[in-house]
Amino acid sequence: MIDQKDIFATIDMIEQQHLDIRTVTMGVSLLDCCDEDTDKACGRIYDKICSYAGNLVRTCEDIESEFGIPIVNKRISVTPIALVAGPSKTEDYVPFAKALDRAAAECGVDFIGGYSALVQKGMTKADEKLIRSIPEALSETAIVCSSINVGSTKAGINMDAVALMGRIIKETAAKTADGFGCAKLVVFCNAVEDNPFMAGAFHGPGEAERVINVGVSGPGVVYHSLQSVKGESFDVVAETIKKTAFRITRMGQLVALEASKRLDTPFGIVDLSLAPTPAKGDSVARILEEMGLEVCGTHGTTAALALLNDAVKKGGVMASSSVGGLSGAFIPVSEDEGMIAAARSGVLDIDKLEAMTCVCSVGLDMIAVPGDTKAETISAIIADEAAIGMVNSKTTAVRIIPVPGKGVGETIELGGLLGSAPIMPVHGESSESFVRRGGRIPAPIQSLKN
Amino acid sequence: MNAVITVVGHDKVGIIAKVSTLLYESNINILDLSQTIMQGNFTMVMLVDVSGANKSFKEISEALVELGKEIELTIRIQREEIFDAMHTI
Repeated sequence: MIDQKDIFATIDMIEQQHLDIRTVTMGVSLLDCCDEDTDKACGRIYDKICSYAGNLVRTCEDIESEFGIPIVNKRISVTPIALVAGPSKTEDYVPFAKALDRAAAECGVDFIGGYSALVQKGMTKADEKLIRSIPEALSETAIVCSSINVGSTKAGINMDAVALMGRIIKETAAKTADGFGCAKLVVFCNAVEDNPFMAGAFHGPGEAERVINVGVSGPGVVYHSLQSVKGESFDVVAETIKKTAFRITRMGQLVALEASKRLDTPFGIVDLSLAPTPAKGDSVARILEEMGLEVCGTHGTTAALALLNDAVKKGGVMASSSVGGLSGAFIPVSEDEGMIAAARSGVLDIDKLEAMTCVCSVGLDMIAVPGDTKAETISAIIADEAAIGMVNSKTTAVRIIPVPGKGVGETIELGGLLGSAPIMPVHGESSESFVRRGGRIPAPIQSLKN
Repeated sequence: MNAVITVVGHDKVGIIAKVSTLLYESNINILDLSQTIMQGNFTMVMLVDVSGANKSFKEISEALVELGKEIELTIRIQREEIFDAMHTI
Protein backbone atom coordinates (compact mmCIF):
# COMPACT_ATOMS: atom_id res chain seq x y z
CA MET A 1 0.00 0.00 0.00
CA ILE A 2 1.06 3.61 -0.55
CA ASP A 3 3.00 5.13 2.33
CA GLN A 4 0.67 6.56 4.99
CA LYS A 5 2.76 9.74 5.15
CA ASP A 6 2.21 10.31 1.43
CA ILE A 7 -1.52 9.75 1.78
CA PHE A 8 -1.81 12.31 4.55
CA ALA A 9 0.54 14.71 2.74
CA THR A 10 -1.92 14.73 -0.19
CA ILE A 11 -4.90 15.22 2.11
CA ASP A 12 -3.09 18.10 3.88
CA MET A 13 -2.30 19.73 0.54
CA ILE A 14 -5.97 19.64 -0.42
CA GLU A 15 -7.49 20.57 2.92
CA GLN A 16 -4.90 22.88 4.48
CA GLN A 17 -2.91 24.28 1.56
CA HIS A 18 -5.70 25.01 -0.94
CA LEU A 19 -4.55 22.49 -3.55
CA ASP A 20 -7.18 22.21 -6.23
CA ILE A 21 -7.78 21.92 -9.94
CA ARG A 22 -8.45 25.52 -10.85
CA THR A 23 -10.32 24.76 -14.03
CA VAL A 24 -11.45 22.08 -16.42
CA THR A 25 -12.18 23.92 -19.65
CA MET A 26 -13.84 22.35 -22.66
CA GLY A 27 -12.84 23.96 -25.92
CA VAL A 28 -15.56 23.79 -28.60
CA SER A 29 -15.12 24.71 -32.25
CA LEU A 30 -17.98 26.83 -33.60
CA LEU A 31 -16.57 27.16 -37.11
CA ASP A 32 -19.45 25.12 -38.53
CA CYS A 33 -22.10 27.38 -36.94
CA CYS A 34 -21.70 30.28 -39.39
CA ASP A 35 -24.79 31.48 -41.23
CA GLU A 36 -25.88 34.58 -43.12
CA ASP A 37 -28.88 34.67 -40.80
CA THR A 38 -27.82 35.76 -37.29
CA ASP A 39 -30.67 33.93 -35.55
CA LYS A 40 -29.79 30.67 -37.27
CA ALA A 41 -26.09 31.08 -36.41
CA CYS A 42 -26.92 31.84 -32.76
CA GLY A 43 -29.26 28.85 -32.61
CA ARG A 44 -26.54 26.55 -33.92
CA ILE A 45 -24.04 27.98 -31.43
CA TYR A 46 -26.40 27.36 -28.52
CA ASP A 47 -27.25 23.83 -29.64
CA LYS A 48 -23.66 22.82 -30.30
CA ILE A 49 -22.32 24.09 -26.98
CA CYS A 50 -25.15 22.41 -25.06
CA SER A 51 -24.71 19.10 -26.88
CA TYR A 52 -20.93 18.99 -26.30
CA ALA A 53 -20.67 20.50 -22.82
CA GLY A 54 -24.02 19.50 -21.32
CA ASN A 55 -22.37 16.85 -19.13
CA LEU A 56 -19.21 18.82 -18.30
CA VAL A 57 -20.25 20.03 -14.85
CA ARG A 58 -21.78 16.73 -13.69
CA THR A 59 -18.72 14.79 -14.90
CA CYS A 60 -16.37 17.16 -13.08
CA GLU A 61 -18.44 16.83 -9.90
CA ASP A 62 -18.18 13.02 -10.11
CA ILE A 63 -14.40 13.29 -10.49
CA GLU A 64 -14.23 15.69 -7.53
CA SER A 65 -16.14 13.26 -5.39
CA GLU A 66 -14.16 10.16 -6.40
CA PHE A 67 -10.69 11.65 -6.18
CA GLY A 68 -11.42 14.01 -3.32
CA ILE A 69 -9.93 16.96 -5.17
CA PRO A 70 -11.94 20.15 -5.71
CA ILE A 71 -12.38 21.36 -9.30
CA VAL A 72 -13.04 25.03 -8.64
CA ASN A 73 -14.20 26.13 -12.09
CA LYS A 74 -15.82 24.37 -15.00
CA ARG A 75 -15.59 26.46 -18.15
CA ILE A 76 -16.14 26.49 -21.88
CA SER A 77 -14.00 28.19 -24.50
CA VAL A 78 -15.14 28.67 -28.08
CA THR A 79 -13.79 29.72 -31.47
CA PRO A 80 -13.19 33.50 -31.57
CA ILE A 81 -16.65 34.84 -32.32
CA ALA A 82 -15.34 37.33 -34.89
CA LEU A 83 -14.55 34.30 -37.09
CA VAL A 84 -17.99 32.77 -36.55
CA ALA A 85 -20.08 35.95 -36.86
CA GLY A 86 -18.28 37.23 -39.96
CA PRO A 87 -20.64 35.67 -42.56
CA SER A 88 -23.80 36.90 -40.76
CA LYS A 89 -25.42 39.92 -42.37
CA THR A 90 -25.66 42.11 -39.29
CA GLU A 91 -24.00 45.10 -37.70
CA ASP A 92 -24.93 43.93 -34.20
CA TYR A 93 -22.90 41.11 -32.66
CA VAL A 94 -24.43 41.30 -29.18
CA PRO A 95 -26.90 38.43 -29.96
CA PHE A 96 -23.85 36.15 -30.33
CA ALA A 97 -22.69 37.07 -26.82
CA LYS A 98 -26.20 36.43 -25.51
CA ALA A 99 -26.30 33.00 -27.21
CA LEU A 100 -23.00 32.11 -25.50
CA ASP A 101 -24.37 33.33 -22.16
CA ARG A 102 -27.55 31.27 -22.48
CA ALA A 103 -25.64 28.14 -23.50
CA ALA A 104 -23.18 28.55 -20.62
CA ALA A 105 -26.02 29.02 -18.13
CA GLU A 106 -27.79 25.92 -19.49
CA CYS A 107 -24.58 23.87 -19.07
CA GLY A 108 -24.07 25.28 -15.55
CA VAL A 109 -20.48 26.40 -16.12
CA ASP A 110 -18.79 29.30 -14.34
CA PHE A 111 -17.57 31.18 -17.42
CA ILE A 112 -17.54 30.96 -21.19
CA GLY A 113 -14.67 32.56 -23.13
CA GLY A 114 -14.24 33.36 -26.78
CA TYR A 115 -16.04 36.62 -27.47
CA SER A 116 -12.76 37.34 -29.15
CA ALA A 117 -10.90 38.63 -32.17
CA LEU A 118 -7.32 38.14 -33.35
CA VAL A 119 -6.20 41.45 -34.85
CA GLN A 120 -2.45 41.48 -34.39
CA LYS A 121 -1.82 42.40 -38.02
CA GLY A 122 -5.07 44.08 -38.97
CA MET A 123 -8.80 44.14 -38.40
CA THR A 124 -11.43 42.61 -40.66
CA LYS A 125 -14.87 44.21 -40.72
CA ALA A 126 -16.09 41.42 -38.43
CA ASP A 127 -13.19 41.99 -36.00
CA GLU A 128 -14.01 45.67 -35.75
CA LYS A 129 -17.74 45.05 -35.31
CA LEU A 130 -16.99 42.59 -32.52
CA ILE A 131 -14.58 44.92 -30.73
CA ARG A 132 -17.01 47.85 -30.89
CA SER A 133 -19.77 45.63 -29.43
CA ILE A 134 -17.73 44.54 -26.40
CA PRO A 135 -19.02 47.18 -23.91
CA GLU A 136 -22.64 46.30 -24.65
CA ALA A 137 -21.98 42.56 -24.90
CA LEU A 138 -20.23 42.43 -21.51
CA SER A 139 -22.82 44.61 -19.81
CA GLU A 140 -25.73 42.54 -21.11
CA THR A 141 -24.33 39.10 -20.35
CA ALA A 142 -23.34 37.54 -17.04
CA ILE A 143 -20.54 35.05 -17.66
CA VAL A 144 -19.21 35.76 -21.15
CA CYS A 145 -15.50 36.66 -21.33
CA SER A 146 -13.84 38.58 -24.11
CA SER A 147 -10.25 38.74 -25.33
CA ILE A 148 -8.53 40.60 -28.13
CA ASN A 149 -5.06 39.78 -29.44
CA VAL A 150 -3.42 43.03 -30.57
CA GLY A 151 0.15 41.92 -31.17
CA SER A 152 2.54 39.05 -31.77
CA THR A 153 6.24 38.47 -32.20
CA LYS A 154 5.59 37.51 -35.81
CA ALA A 155 3.28 40.41 -36.74
CA GLY A 156 4.25 43.30 -34.49
CA ILE A 157 1.72 45.44 -32.62
CA ASN A 158 -1.46 46.73 -34.23
CA MET A 159 -1.49 50.23 -32.70
CA ASP A 160 -4.88 51.10 -34.23
CA ALA A 161 -6.35 48.19 -32.29
CA VAL A 162 -4.41 49.22 -29.18
CA ALA A 163 -5.86 52.74 -29.43
CA LEU A 164 -9.35 51.34 -29.93
CA MET A 165 -9.06 48.97 -26.97
CA GLY A 166 -8.19 51.85 -24.62
CA ARG A 167 -11.53 53.44 -25.52
CA ILE A 168 -13.41 50.12 -25.37
CA ILE A 169 -12.09 49.42 -21.87
CA LYS A 170 -13.25 52.85 -20.70
CA GLU A 171 -16.70 52.33 -22.26
CA THR A 172 -17.00 48.85 -20.74
CA ALA A 173 -16.12 50.26 -17.32
CA ALA A 174 -18.75 52.98 -17.69
CA LYS A 175 -21.48 50.48 -18.59
CA THR A 176 -20.99 48.09 -15.64
CA ALA A 177 -21.07 48.62 -11.85
CA ASP A 178 -17.60 49.47 -10.49
CA GLY A 179 -16.24 48.73 -13.96
CA PHE A 180 -16.84 45.01 -13.36
CA GLY A 181 -17.17 44.29 -17.09
CA CYS A 182 -13.43 44.96 -17.46
CA ALA A 183 -12.69 41.93 -15.26
CA LYS A 184 -14.09 39.86 -18.15
CA LEU A 185 -12.00 41.57 -20.84
CA VAL A 186 -8.32 40.96 -21.58
CA VAL A 187 -6.01 42.37 -24.25
CA PHE A 188 -3.24 40.00 -25.36
CA CYS A 189 0.02 39.92 -27.22
CA ASN A 190 0.95 36.40 -28.42
CA ALA A 191 -2.35 34.92 -27.21
CA VAL A 192 -2.33 31.13 -26.97
CA GLU A 193 -5.04 28.98 -28.55
CA ASP A 194 -5.39 26.45 -25.75
CA ASN A 195 -5.52 28.62 -22.62
CA PRO A 196 -8.00 27.19 -20.08
CA PHE A 197 -7.96 30.29 -17.86
CA MET A 198 -10.35 33.24 -18.00
CA ALA A 199 -10.84 35.88 -19.10
CA GLY A 200 -8.51 34.99 -21.95
CA ALA A 201 -9.64 31.49 -22.92
CA PHE A 202 -10.70 30.89 -26.51
CA HIS A 203 -10.64 27.79 -28.72
CA GLY A 204 -8.12 28.68 -31.41
CA PRO A 205 -8.80 28.03 -35.10
CA GLY A 206 -5.91 25.54 -35.12
CA GLU A 207 -7.57 23.38 -32.46
CA ALA A 208 -9.62 20.20 -32.84
CA GLU A 209 -13.42 19.91 -32.89
CA ARG A 210 -13.46 19.79 -29.11
CA VAL A 211 -10.86 19.36 -26.42
CA ILE A 212 -10.35 19.23 -22.65
CA ASN A 213 -7.74 21.58 -21.17
CA VAL A 214 -6.95 21.66 -17.47
CA GLY A 215 -5.43 24.40 -15.33
CA VAL A 216 -3.86 23.39 -12.04
CA SER A 217 -3.24 25.57 -9.04
CA GLY A 218 -1.22 25.33 -5.86
CA PRO A 219 0.52 28.50 -4.62
CA GLY A 220 -0.36 27.38 -1.07
CA VAL A 221 1.43 24.07 -1.54
CA VAL A 222 4.57 25.77 -2.91
CA TYR A 223 4.51 28.29 -0.05
CA HIS A 224 4.20 25.49 2.49
CA SER A 225 7.06 23.51 0.96
CA LEU A 226 9.34 26.57 1.04
CA GLN A 227 8.70 27.00 4.75
CA SER A 228 10.66 23.79 5.27
CA VAL A 229 13.81 25.20 3.57
CA LYS A 230 14.12 28.55 5.36
CA GLY A 231 17.57 30.14 4.91
CA GLU A 232 18.74 27.53 2.39
CA SER A 233 20.38 28.57 -0.91
CA PHE A 234 18.43 29.29 -4.08
CA ASP A 235 19.52 25.94 -5.50
CA VAL A 236 17.57 24.25 -2.73
CA VAL A 237 14.62 26.63 -3.21
CA ALA A 238 14.47 25.82 -6.94
CA GLU A 239 14.66 22.06 -6.31
CA THR A 240 11.91 22.26 -3.69
CA ILE A 241 9.58 24.17 -6.03
CA LYS A 242 10.28 21.75 -8.87
CA LYS A 243 9.36 18.72 -6.79
CA THR A 244 6.16 20.38 -5.59
CA ALA A 245 5.21 21.48 -9.12
CA PHE A 246 5.74 17.92 -10.32
CA ARG A 247 3.25 16.57 -7.77
CA ILE A 248 0.66 19.25 -8.49
CA THR A 249 0.90 18.69 -12.23
CA ARG A 250 0.64 14.91 -11.95
CA MET A 251 -2.66 15.41 -10.22
CA GLY A 252 -3.75 17.79 -13.00
CA GLN A 253 -2.78 15.25 -15.64
CA LEU A 254 -4.73 12.51 -13.86
CA VAL A 255 -7.88 14.65 -13.71
CA ALA A 256 -7.43 15.80 -17.31
CA LEU A 257 -7.20 12.22 -18.61
CA GLU A 258 -10.16 11.11 -16.51
CA ALA A 259 -12.33 14.03 -17.71
CA SER A 260 -11.24 13.41 -21.29
CA LYS A 261 -12.19 9.71 -21.07
CA ARG A 262 -15.57 10.30 -19.43
CA LEU A 263 -16.57 13.11 -21.78
CA ASP A 264 -15.26 11.26 -24.83
CA THR A 265 -13.29 14.38 -25.72
CA PRO A 266 -9.57 14.43 -26.60
CA PHE A 267 -7.19 15.64 -23.90
CA GLY A 268 -5.49 18.88 -24.96
CA ILE A 269 -3.07 20.27 -22.43
CA VAL A 270 -2.34 20.81 -18.77
CA ASP A 271 -1.58 24.45 -18.04
CA LEU A 272 1.16 24.64 -15.42
CA SER A 273 0.18 28.01 -14.05
CA LEU A 274 0.35 28.79 -10.36
CA ALA A 275 -2.98 30.55 -10.01
CA PRO A 276 -3.58 32.32 -6.69
CA THR A 277 -6.88 33.08 -4.96
CA PRO A 278 -7.79 35.82 -2.48
CA ALA A 279 -7.80 33.18 0.31
CA LYS A 280 -5.09 33.47 2.94
CA GLY A 281 -2.33 30.94 2.23
CA ASP A 282 -2.99 30.71 -1.52
CA SER A 283 -0.87 33.63 -2.69
CA VAL A 284 1.98 33.92 -5.19
CA ALA A 285 3.13 37.14 -3.47
CA ARG A 286 3.58 35.26 -0.18
CA ILE A 287 5.82 32.70 -1.96
CA LEU A 288 8.08 35.54 -3.10
CA GLU A 289 8.10 36.97 0.43
CA GLU A 290 8.93 33.53 1.82
CA MET A 291 12.10 33.68 -0.30
CA GLY A 292 13.23 36.59 1.88
CA LEU A 293 11.51 39.75 0.68
CA GLU A 294 9.88 41.94 3.31
CA VAL A 295 7.04 42.91 0.97
CA CYS A 296 6.30 41.75 -2.57
CA GLY A 297 7.29 44.57 -4.90
CA THR A 298 10.52 45.53 -3.19
CA HIS A 299 13.92 45.10 -4.90
CA GLY A 300 14.54 41.42 -5.61
CA THR A 301 10.91 40.64 -6.47
CA THR A 302 11.54 40.20 -10.20
CA ALA A 303 14.41 37.79 -9.56
CA ALA A 304 12.36 35.79 -7.06
CA LEU A 305 9.48 35.56 -9.54
CA ALA A 306 11.84 34.50 -12.36
CA LEU A 307 13.11 31.62 -10.23
CA LEU A 308 9.58 30.59 -9.21
CA ASN A 309 8.25 30.69 -12.77
CA ASP A 310 11.13 28.66 -14.17
CA ALA A 311 11.08 26.05 -11.42
CA VAL A 312 7.31 25.54 -11.79
CA LYS A 313 7.76 24.83 -15.51
CA LYS A 314 10.73 22.51 -15.01
CA GLY A 315 8.91 20.55 -12.32
CA GLY A 316 5.67 20.39 -14.22
CA VAL A 317 6.85 19.57 -17.70
CA MET A 318 7.84 15.99 -16.89
CA ALA A 319 4.57 15.35 -15.09
CA SER A 320 2.32 15.91 -18.09
CA SER A 321 2.25 14.38 -21.54
CA SER A 322 1.22 17.70 -23.04
CA VAL A 323 1.87 21.09 -21.50
CA GLY A 324 0.40 24.25 -22.95
CA GLY A 325 -1.77 27.25 -22.25
CA LEU A 326 -0.04 30.03 -20.38
CA SER A 327 2.03 27.86 -18.01
CA GLY A 328 3.71 30.14 -15.52
CA ALA A 329 3.02 32.00 -12.30
CA PHE A 330 0.08 34.41 -12.41
CA ILE A 331 0.23 37.78 -10.69
CA PRO A 332 -3.37 39.04 -10.73
CA VAL A 333 -3.41 41.80 -8.12
CA SER A 334 -7.04 41.56 -6.96
CA GLU A 335 -7.01 37.76 -6.87
CA ASP A 336 -3.97 37.37 -4.63
CA GLU A 337 -4.15 38.18 -0.92
CA GLY A 338 -0.43 39.06 -0.71
CA MET A 339 -0.54 41.21 -3.87
CA ILE A 340 -3.55 43.11 -2.50
CA ALA A 341 -1.66 43.83 0.73
CA ALA A 342 1.52 44.85 -1.15
CA ALA A 343 -0.43 47.17 -3.46
CA ARG A 344 -2.28 48.71 -0.51
CA SER A 345 1.02 49.41 1.25
CA GLY A 346 2.25 51.22 -1.87
CA VAL A 347 5.31 48.97 -2.25
CA LEU A 348 3.88 47.20 -5.30
CA ASP A 349 3.10 49.65 -8.10
CA ILE A 350 2.24 49.31 -11.77
CA ASP A 351 5.83 49.91 -12.88
CA LYS A 352 7.12 47.06 -10.72
CA LEU A 353 4.29 44.81 -11.91
CA GLU A 354 5.29 45.59 -15.49
CA ALA A 355 8.85 44.52 -14.73
CA MET A 356 7.55 41.32 -13.14
CA THR A 357 5.56 40.49 -16.27
CA CYS A 358 8.85 40.20 -18.18
CA VAL A 359 9.62 36.97 -16.33
CA CYS A 360 6.26 35.31 -15.74
CA SER A 361 2.88 34.72 -17.27
CA VAL A 362 0.90 36.69 -18.05
CA GLY A 363 0.82 40.42 -17.56
CA LEU A 364 -0.83 43.34 -15.84
CA ASP A 365 -3.76 41.40 -14.51
CA MET A 366 -6.76 42.54 -12.49
CA ILE A 367 -5.44 45.99 -11.79
CA ALA A 368 -7.84 48.74 -10.75
CA VAL A 369 -6.89 52.29 -11.72
CA PRO A 370 -8.64 55.63 -11.14
CA GLY A 371 -11.84 56.20 -13.12
CA ASP A 372 -10.47 59.39 -14.66
CA THR A 373 -7.55 57.53 -16.29
CA LYS A 374 -7.56 58.56 -19.95
CA ALA A 375 -8.27 56.00 -22.68
CA GLU A 376 -4.91 56.90 -24.27
CA THR A 377 -3.10 56.14 -21.00
CA ILE A 378 -4.74 52.69 -20.92
CA SER A 379 -3.74 52.18 -24.57
CA ALA A 380 -0.16 53.15 -23.73
CA ILE A 381 -0.13 50.64 -20.84
CA ILE A 382 -1.36 47.98 -23.31
CA ALA A 383 1.35 49.00 -25.81
CA ASP A 384 4.08 48.64 -23.15
CA GLU A 385 2.88 45.18 -22.18
CA ALA A 386 2.48 44.10 -25.80
CA ALA A 387 6.04 45.26 -26.50
CA ILE A 388 7.36 43.09 -23.67
CA GLY A 389 5.50 40.09 -25.09
CA MET A 390 6.48 40.79 -28.67
CA VAL A 391 10.21 41.23 -28.03
CA ASN A 392 10.49 38.33 -25.57
CA SER A 393 8.37 35.91 -27.65
CA LYS A 394 6.00 35.33 -24.76
CA THR A 395 2.36 35.92 -23.94
CA THR A 396 1.56 39.16 -22.17
CA ALA A 397 -1.81 40.64 -21.36
CA VAL A 398 -3.59 43.57 -19.79
CA ARG A 399 -6.77 43.23 -17.74
CA ILE A 400 -7.29 46.66 -16.23
CA ILE A 401 -10.32 48.26 -14.57
CA PRO A 402 -10.66 52.05 -14.65
CA VAL A 403 -13.19 52.29 -11.82
CA PRO A 404 -15.77 55.00 -12.55
CA GLY A 405 -15.92 57.71 -9.91
CA LYS A 406 -13.19 56.24 -7.75
CA GLY A 407 -9.59 57.24 -7.09
CA VAL A 408 -6.28 56.07 -5.63
CA GLY A 409 -6.62 54.65 -2.11
CA GLU A 410 -10.14 53.33 -2.60
CA THR A 411 -10.89 49.63 -3.09
CA ILE A 412 -13.44 47.78 -5.18
CA GLU A 413 -14.91 44.45 -4.18
CA LEU A 414 -15.27 42.13 -7.16
CA GLY A 415 -16.39 39.10 -5.18
CA GLY A 416 -15.48 35.42 -5.30
CA LEU A 417 -12.21 34.42 -6.92
CA LEU A 418 -11.88 37.90 -8.47
CA GLY A 419 -11.20 39.30 -4.99
CA SER A 420 -10.82 42.98 -4.17
CA ALA A 421 -8.69 45.55 -5.94
CA PRO A 422 -7.03 48.56 -4.35
CA ILE A 423 -7.01 51.38 -6.91
CA MET A 424 -3.42 51.98 -8.01
CA PRO A 425 -1.98 55.21 -9.37
CA VAL A 426 -0.94 55.59 -13.01
CA HIS A 427 1.42 58.22 -14.42
CA GLY A 428 -0.42 61.47 -15.05
CA GLU A 429 1.82 62.60 -17.92
CA SER A 430 0.11 62.28 -21.29
CA SER A 431 0.70 59.53 -23.87
CA GLU A 432 -1.98 60.92 -26.19
CA SER A 433 0.21 61.97 -29.11
CA PHE A 434 2.00 58.61 -28.97
CA VAL A 435 -1.20 56.58 -29.12
CA ARG A 436 -2.78 58.81 -31.79
CA ARG A 437 -0.07 57.96 -34.34
CA GLY A 438 -1.77 54.65 -35.15
CA GLY A 439 -0.36 52.16 -37.65
CA ARG A 440 1.73 49.17 -36.70
CA ILE A 441 4.86 48.76 -34.58
CA PRO A 442 6.88 46.43 -36.84
CA ALA A 443 7.73 42.91 -35.76
CA PRO A 444 11.17 42.71 -34.14
CA ILE A 445 14.16 41.25 -35.97
CA GLN A 446 13.92 38.05 -33.90
CA SER A 447 10.66 37.27 -35.72
CA LEU A 448 12.70 36.44 -38.84
CA LYS A 449 13.54 32.88 -37.92
CA ASN A 450 12.94 31.05 -41.19
CA MET B 1 -11.10 -0.13 -8.83
CA ASN B 2 -9.18 0.48 -5.62
CA ALA B 3 -9.78 3.31 -3.19
CA VAL B 4 -8.14 4.56 -0.02
CA ILE B 5 -10.24 5.17 3.08
CA THR B 6 -8.70 7.38 5.77
CA VAL B 7 -10.11 7.69 9.26
CA VAL B 8 -8.77 10.37 11.62
CA GLY B 9 -9.87 11.44 15.11
CA HIS B 10 -9.92 10.51 18.80
CA ASP B 11 -9.46 6.81 19.50
CA LYS B 12 -12.50 4.97 20.83
CA VAL B 13 -14.05 1.52 20.97
CA GLY B 14 -15.48 0.04 17.78
CA ILE B 15 -14.06 2.25 15.00
CA ILE B 16 -12.82 -0.64 12.87
CA ALA B 17 -15.99 -2.62 13.57
CA LYS B 18 -18.27 0.19 12.44
CA VAL B 19 -16.29 1.08 9.32
CA SER B 20 -15.84 -2.54 8.27
CA THR B 21 -19.53 -3.30 8.87
CA LEU B 22 -20.47 -0.50 6.50
CA LEU B 23 -18.01 -1.84 3.94
CA TYR B 24 -19.31 -5.41 4.39
CA GLU B 25 -22.87 -4.24 3.83
CA SER B 26 -21.74 -2.43 0.67
CA ASN B 27 -19.91 -5.53 -0.59
CA ILE B 28 -16.54 -3.76 -0.51
CA ASN B 29 -13.47 -5.93 0.01
CA ILE B 30 -10.69 -4.70 2.35
CA LEU B 31 -7.29 -5.37 0.73
CA ASP B 32 -5.00 -3.84 3.32
CA LEU B 33 -5.34 -1.99 6.58
CA SER B 34 -2.99 -0.11 8.88
CA GLN B 35 -3.59 1.99 11.94
CA THR B 36 -1.43 4.15 14.12
CA ILE B 37 -1.49 7.07 16.53
CA MET B 38 -0.12 10.20 14.80
CA GLN B 39 0.31 13.36 16.89
CA GLY B 40 -2.19 12.04 19.43
CA ASN B 41 -4.74 11.23 16.75
CA PHE B 42 -6.05 7.82 15.79
CA THR B 43 -5.39 7.32 12.10
CA MET B 44 -6.45 4.38 10.03
CA VAL B 45 -5.77 3.80 6.36
CA MET B 46 -7.61 1.12 4.43
CA LEU B 47 -7.04 0.02 0.87
CA VAL B 48 -10.32 -1.32 -0.49
CA ASP B 49 -11.62 -2.76 -3.75
CA VAL B 50 -14.89 -1.07 -4.70
CA SER B 51 -15.39 -2.80 -8.05
CA GLY B 52 -17.95 -5.26 -6.61
CA ALA B 53 -19.75 -2.65 -4.52
CA ASN B 54 -23.55 -2.64 -4.49
CA LYS B 55 -23.63 1.20 -4.28
CA SER B 56 -22.22 4.01 -6.39
CA PHE B 57 -18.96 5.66 -5.33
CA LYS B 58 -20.86 8.78 -4.34
CA GLU B 59 -23.25 6.83 -2.13
CA ILE B 60 -20.36 5.02 -0.43
CA SER B 61 -18.60 8.34 0.13
CA GLU B 62 -21.73 9.93 1.61
CA ALA B 63 -22.36 6.92 3.86
CA LEU B 64 -18.80 7.09 5.18
CA VAL B 65 -19.02 10.83 5.82
CA GLU B 66 -22.31 10.24 7.65
CA LEU B 67 -20.75 7.48 9.74
CA GLY B 68 -17.85 9.83 10.49
CA LYS B 69 -20.24 12.44 11.85
CA GLU B 70 -21.99 9.82 13.97
CA ILE B 71 -18.80 8.57 15.65
CA GLU B 72 -17.08 12.02 15.59
CA LEU B 73 -14.25 11.07 13.25
CA THR B 74 -13.23 12.36 9.82
CA ILE B 75 -13.66 9.63 7.23
CA ARG B 76 -12.76 10.08 3.56
CA ILE B 77 -12.67 7.80 0.57
CA GLN B 78 -10.59 8.68 -2.49
CA ARG B 79 -9.57 6.66 -5.50
CA GLU B 80 -6.08 5.23 -5.15
CA GLU B 81 -4.79 6.78 -8.39
CA ILE B 82 -4.53 10.29 -6.94
CA PHE B 83 -1.95 9.16 -4.37
CA ASP B 84 -0.08 7.07 -6.92
CA ALA B 85 0.06 9.98 -9.34
CA MET B 86 1.40 12.43 -6.80
CA HIS B 87 3.93 10.26 -5.03
CA THR B 88 5.28 7.72 -7.50
CA ILE B 89 6.97 8.18 -10.85
